[in-house]
Amino acid sequence: MKNNKINKDRRSFLKVTTAVGGGMLIGFNWMGCKSDAVVKELSLPYPKEWVDFDAFIKIGDTGLVTIMSPNPEIGQNIKTSMPMIIAEELDVAWKDVVVEQAPLNTEWYTRQVAGGSQSIRHGWEALRKTGAAVKQMLVETAAEKWEAEPSDCSVENGMITHVDGRSIGYGELATEASKREVPEEPKLKDPSEFKIIGQSKRNVDMEGILTGAPLFGTDFKRDGMSYATALRPPAFGQELKSFDDTETRKVKGVQDVIRFGNKVAVIADNTWAAMKGKKALVAEWEQKQKAENSEYHSKTLLDYLEKKSDEPRRVDGDVDKAFAESDEVLERTYEAPFLPHSCMEPMNFFAHVTEEGAELIGPIQTPQWTQQRVADLLKIDKEKVSIDMTRMGGGFGRRLYGDFALEAAEVSSLSKKPIQMIFSREDDMMAGTYRPASAYKFKVGIKDNEVIAYHLTEACFNGQMFGTMPNNFPCGAIENYRVDCHTIESNITTGAWRAPYANFLAFAEQAFLDELAEKLEKDPVQFRLDLFAKAKEKPVGEEHNYEVDKFVGVIKLAAEKAGWKSDGDNSNLGFCAYYSHNTYVAEVAEVEMEDGLPKVKNIHCAVDCGIVINPNAAINQIEGGIIDGIGHAMYSDFVFKDGQSQSNNYHQYRLIRMPEIPTIDVHFVKSNNDPTGLGEPTLPPAGGAVANAIYKATGLRMYTQPFIKNLENLG
Amino acid sequence: MAKYTITINGQSKDVDVDPDTPILWVLRDELNLVGTKYGCGIAQCGACTIHIDGNPARSCSLPVSRVADKKITTIEGLSAEANHPLQEAWRKHDVPQCGYCQAGQIMSAAALLKENKNPSDADIDDAMRGNLCRCASYTKIKAAIKSAANS
Repeated sequence: MKNNKINKDRRSFLKVTTAVGGGMLIGFNWMGCKSDAVVKELSLPYPKEWVDFDAFIKIGDTGLVTIMSPNPEIGQNIKTSMPMIIAEELDVAWKDVVVEQAPLNTEWYTRQVAGGSQSIRHGWEALRKTGAAVKQMLVETAAEKWEAEPSDCSVENGMITHVDGRSIGYGELATEASKREVPEEPKLKDPSEFKIIGQSKRNVDMEGILTGAPLFGTDFKRDGMSYATALRPPAFGQELKSFDDTETRKVKGVQDVIRFGNKVAVIADNTWAAMKGKKALVAEWEQKQKAENSEYHSKTLLDYLEKKSDEPRRVDGDVDKAFAESDEVLERTYEAPFLPHSCMEPMNFFAHVTEEGAELIGPIQTPQWTQQRVADLLKIDKEKVSIDMTRMGGGFGRRLYGDFALEAAEVSSLSKKPIQMIFSREDDMMAGTYRPASAYKFKVGIKDNEVIAYHLTEACFNGQMFGTMPNNFPCGAIENYRVDCHTIESNITTGAWRAPYANFLAFAEQAFLDELAEKLEKDPVQFRLDLFAKAKEKPVGEEHNYEVDKFVGVIKLAAEKAGWKSDGDNSNLGFCAYYSHNTYVAEVAEVEMEDGLPKVKNIHCAVDCGIVINPNAAINQIEGGIIDGIGHAMYSDFVFKDGQSQSNNYHQYRLIRMPEIPTIDVHFVKSNNDPTGLGEPTLPPAGGAVANAIYKATGLRMYTQPFIKNLENLG
Repeated sequence: MAKYTITINGQSKDVDVDPDTPILWVLRDELNLVGTKYGCGIAQCGACTIHIDGNPARSCSLPVSRVADKKITTIEGLSAEANHPLQEAWRKHDVPQCGYCQAGQIMSAAALLKENKNPSDADIDDAMRGNLCRCASYTKIKAAIKSAANS
């Protein structure tokens, strides 16, 4: 087995202190941070020696186990749930486990990425095998010691017991066991044997969060570190012509002002001086590219919706022929603005670039990609760039793009100082990597009260729906089907935003289906079920990306729990079902009028995500996704004028707040299927469920986001 | 620069800073109390909430010169053993997702419970509307506040 090469410095991450009461505590001395906040009371004495099994597992001579969490933690709770999977198969008590964040290491770990709700789905089998392999090595060691058969040994909570009553703990066996060959196909548990998986385990960083310990990127400190801010172009398409730093250099604490590329960095003794110094800069900008306006965006998108693409993304039958044969055609257009990510922790990164290499520490969803980009930027070998991941104050896609880490590296390189680059909220909102503005047109042909043709056209800035999305429902259920996608270039930087494309497409599609069901005088739930029956009996086309039974499962569960009446009026209830990121979700929203405006009172949500690893944490993701989805669909608007965002902070940009939240009832489909992710899939259907409920409450159909703009006249 | 003696979490601290420095940056950069977070800088998100003489305040918008003679409490000093009823309730409900805004949420909630031992839903909404959470952990925050009020 490859020896764990984690260097000694990093081991000091765990610092042992003596608790007031005399017990041992693991204190927090995180990579140079000076804080002794207690983060975990140990269940077992702190080991004198740790034995490294692999990149994931260390077992101490007292039986205490350290499990490395490989992936970046952005609030999706994988720092707890991934180690739970290892601990389950290793068969140790969860209370005897200490979790550490692993550094970036492409030799030891695969896919150290937080994105696409894929960490658990991709990690599942490998993490189970990791735990099971080490367990097998320990059992074989015990059996050899006892001159017994491994099959006569059982394990519980890190203790191996022979049928004759002899027993021994993992701590005593670790050194010997670690020398054994690693079994490639260790025996995995049957889900019925799970003791940790399926039980709610508290966030492993809870104590740090509750006591203000330095967990996040902005909390990182290093002796001799300076603070940096950067002045970036106020509008997209602009370049820096000149700047005057006279006033900046007069600000107490400002050390240096450095131009880098199209930006100016202010380096200072503290954050406030760096922020003040930046405000004092006088810069002249030149508009080199088109200065885009929201009116231009909207008109362009709507123009493109009238075109067909040369390469449609899916074609079944012939929609034009079917439209010509239809009794009636229903056509609707939906439109959404650009959106910033609004991570509560603004972008930031620490970098220290020297002749030896570059050390970077901070919040990043894509450490591996960022390592390569920093190496390219500095023209050094990738091996000379180290990246450590802090806990992240939100990601939502924004921290996939390591621009802030690259800026930190460049400014450290130019200034020859260790620096912490921090964005102000204004920087974060105005120099974002936005959810692109997009629009969808749905056109269906109806004959004999049946849908015979369905044509979806997408127009989007800097991108188009990817992967299998063109094969989404309701394809497979309609004879003539076509998907056209148009991407239009914009100089506004865009990127993934929690549940990319689905975050708006789901609303558009599901609001359209609701209107279509009404036109056909069908119950919206039964209308969907009828389509699924068709897709199951005689699927149209070569493939579709969903499993009918799972989809129908969540639809029926949500409808039942919400008391949906298939022959009733379901007043003020809105239905929506959507499949994204490998997870099936159905939501029923209930809306009530309050002070003349619709308020979302309750959401019933049914989810099929396979095995639920950590139920309470899963509910956190589900509820968070729903409220986040409602909030952005209802309230969040983002306007560009002359290439510049017209909102620069939360007084001009509305996020959902506590008085606007509904109660939420979560219902899991019981399943023994492999688990899928939950960071994104409950967000997309929220907007659709709410839009359909708003229609019931007000008679108004929502075609554009945010909904509040369509409702202002009601208030 | 100017010298101030400020009382934070029951301890007297001397700092030498620019008088217009928000107390947030004095806490974070000068005193290494990083539990109080920067979120917006204009008192709109609540991540920087602290108590000044027992009342909730947004530390990002309060210059050190205005709070020098007052008693400041931060998340680090909310309780001696991390056992404030809200901290216990946060554990019980496993509230945080990313966790960044939570110190501010707890400090706002603590100020509410000090004034109102048995807040209604509307009271909680009103006291907490100034605290943003993009992860939208609001349902758990609300449940934890109720649970702490009942404890």
